Amino acid sequence: MLLGIIDGILTGGVYALMASGLTLIFGVMEVISVAQGIFVILGAYLSYSLEAHFGIDLFLGLFITIPALFIVGIAVEWAFLRRLKAQERIAMSILVTYAVFLIIEGVLNIVYGTNYFALHAWYVTQSVELFGVYLSYIYIFGFLLAAGLLAALYVVLYRTRFGASVRAAMQDRTAASLVGVDVRRVSTITFGIGTAVTAAGGMIYGATNSFNANSAEDLISRLLVIVVLGGLGSIGGALAAAVLMLVIEDVVAVVWSPDWATVIFFLALVAVLSIRPVGLFGRQAARAQ
Amino acid sequence: MTELLVVDGVSKAFGGVQALSGCSLTLSEGSIGGLIGPNGSGKTTLFNVITGYVRADSGQVSFKGKQVTGAKPDQIFGLGLGRTFQLTRIFSRLTVLENMLVATQQQESWLRSVARGSASAAEHERAMELLAFVGLTRLAESQAGILSYGQRKLLELAYVLISDPAVILLDEPAGGINPTLIEEIRSRIIELNKSGTTFLIVEHNMEFVMGLCDKVTVMDMGCAIVSGPPAEIRADARVLDAYLGSVEEADDDA
Amino acid sequence: MVRRIGIGVWSVIFVLLALVPVIEGNPTFTSIGVFTLIFMSSASAWNGFSGYSGYISLGNGVFYGTGAYALTVIALDAHMAPSGDIFWLVPLAGLIAAIIAVPFGFIALRVRRHTFVVITIAIFFVFQLLAYNFSFTGGSAGLLPPTPNWVGNTYNDPFYYVAFAVLVFTVLLFWGIRRSRFGLHLLAIRDDEDRARGLGVKVLRIKMLGFVLSAFVTGMGGAIFAFFIGQVYPQYAFDPVFGITVALMTFFGGIGTISGPLLGALLLEPIEQYLTIQYSVGSLYLIIYGALFLLVILFMPRGLVPTIGDWRRFVRVHLAQRREKVLPAKGDAVVGDDVAGDVPAVTTGMQ
Repeated sequence: MLLGIIDGILTGGVYALMASGLTLIFGVMEVISVAQGIFVILGAYLSYSLEAHFGIDLFLGLFITIPALFIVGIAVEWAFLRRLKAQERIAMSILVTYAVFLIIEGVLNIVYGTNYFALHAWYVTQSVELFGVYLSYIYIFGFLLAAGLLAALYVVLYRTRFGASVRAAMQDRTAASLVGVDVRRVSTITFGIGTAVTAAGGMIYGATNSFNANSAEDLISRLLVIVVLGGLGSIGGALAAAVLMLVIEDVVAVVWSPDWATVIFFLALVAVLSIRPVGLFGRQAARAQ
Repeated sequence: MTELLVVDGVSKAFGGVQALSGCSLTLSEGSIGGLIGPNGSGKTTLFNVITGYVRADSGQVSFKGKQVTGAKPDQIFGLGLGRTFQLTRIFSRLTVLENMLVATQQQESWLRSVARGSASAAEHERAMELLAFVGLTRLAESQAGILSYGQRKLLELAYVLISDPAVILLDEPAGGINPTLIEEIRSRIIELNKSGTTFLIVEHNMEFVMGLCDKVTVMDMGCAIVSGPPAEIRADARVLDAYLGSVEEADDDA
Repeated sequence: MVRRIGIGVWSVIFVLLALVPVIEGNPTFTSIGVFTLIFMSSASAWNGFSGYSGYISLGNGVFYGTGAYALTVIALDAHMAPSGDIFWLVPLAGLIAAIIAVPFGFIALRVRRHTFVVITIAIFFVFQLLAYNFSFTGGSAGLLPPTPNWVGNTYNDPFYYVAFAVLVFTVLLFWGIRRSRFGLHLLAIRDDEDRARGLGVKVLRIKMLGFVLSAFVTGMGGAIFAFFIGQVYPQYAFDPVFGITVALMTFFGGIGTISGPLLGALLLEPIEQYLTIQYSVGSLYLIIYGALFLLVILFMPRGLVPTIGDWRRFVRVHLAQRREKVLPAKGDAVVGDDVAGDVPAVTTGMQ
């Protein structure tokens, strides 16, 4: 039980990081980036390659993989999402990012094959005792990394000029552009940032789970559940929902069975949405005109 | 004349903003009522409360002597109370004619809608009649999305008319459209009123309201402060205070 | 006019489809045919709800999987002989999928549109996981429905004709809906749901009915699929790619039109089947599929059918103008009539 709770909080932090990118992208661009799941796996494979071929430590490797995924994100936004029309934007964005998902999945399958991979480092294999529970170091390091990056994200959003533009665009794209915010540029950079966080998320995911390209499907559906549960576009909501959901899942996994834990995970969304259609922390629809 | 629509002490707050505070209003059968007031005085919110789009925190609304407080928009529409929106709401990817037919299912069960065509011959004829009435016949087969703003207002009025509502609430029918079309809309309202339809009109265009309405209600700060015939309203000191002093600004906004 | 040409073209296509097993009895060919027909129905069903109402569902795999399991479980539990009689379970399986759609829709259809997409994905995974975890579904080992002992090159033919019958039913159903008041209401919901509600449209019931009908057809497709391939596993019956595939086919052909999903499935499913047979790994197929998807959305966001309409109109107007230039001697009125008579007809036909 205690193991479940601690485990849930630690992994919840990592999911919170990945989900915050997704919800940030939605908030600014009205785009649901289904590709987020495969970006995470891409990040994990990149970390693997750097470690296996060049002996670069997983955490050090992030200095390469985070910028790499930032560039991938910008490229995707520039090449595809920018061209979407306002009408049916959300639906179209899902389809476009899903196509990106499929292409990357295919490429990863060809490059790495379909066997399961795992990331290796001393902190993955060694454990430490915490509150009477044995945990691999990676869970703690991963949580700290996620917390650090989320804090950095917070600073960028709330303490910089760029962050003010992002928040303005989240409130109202048209109004933001009227007061001189370059919404296009903000969107591109936001998509880059939202994607870049998956590099860190992917490294930790890869170190705590065995994965192949197919894992992205399970991952993205979880991230979507978290984001919707937290209220689309609400970063705080995504954080809370991520931790809450992972704690519930891990506790159920410990006290009942891992299989049903996943069912509970998805059913929780169904239950919450049937009571509160806007999610736990979502804003009510804006006041009617 | 009987009172068709009675609003009694309605209040509504959005977060910290008190949009309506104890607002009361009556509308007599066969009349054209006007509702004026500065921006943010709660006119549109009052419309939303009456038509069920917004639930009031307190107070009551009755229509044809029946309580309709808290009823849903479709129920209220079903009772014969139609409305238009300030920013018109039409179905932009349907044709103009199809727009007309959306509201024709009042007297039938929803399941029947599966087993029948989109319109009976009589409904089709009535729809074309109303399109002719607002001068949109030529555009019947066009997608509604291509209509100009003024034409959208006319279409919205027409598709509300198809269900023969007893009362129509118009939210800024003359806002943002050219003077010729304003004239057009005014004459349609008068014509409909003669054949028995009651109107309640929110409008910033003073000339339009004062020339058309039998009774004008002035709102300020979420409250109806005074109501009476146009001539009386013009002379009322409180109205000058609350509204007419800033009439130029209001016109600019509209 | 174009509408009449469209009906003509489709009549020819359907007659050809009906004759496929007679003309080309090669089992590989008819097998591709069975899948194509199933996807033509399923894409039409997806379009009949999501395309008309604007509520994009990526969870239609729930109905496909439910249909597949329903046929298999019932056939096994009733100890049915491996014969064509099992086909009678196809509509029953569709019905079970439709019943599943009621609580599914009741939860999912009350949320906002973009949340709807996500909740359909979530509910889909619930069903996939349930299929893994329940005992009556055989868990991850799956189930094997009775396989008929038909032999030779005509083994596929009964499946082909059942799938064809389901397709004809589907097309007639959604064609009728498009013309009914119910269909008009679905389209009104797509454009402005709140306003439609305000005009007395019973939006929840209308959406629900559309969703349930869509589930019914998709469930029948899943049932034929299970019986045809002779096995059901959670990962194939509840295939996450299914929901996106029917959406892609519809977008490719033209969302919201009758022909769009039919054309999309007719063109894409054979390619998919061919690629799967050719490259069993499937990775290349993912890349090609994704790339195709991107091309369609970026260059023909409205889909093939409306785009063809645009081209036709362009060519006609262009030709008419050229004729006017080339033949100035001919009476102006005649040329004028030609232009006036043709162009508006094309315009109306497109809508």
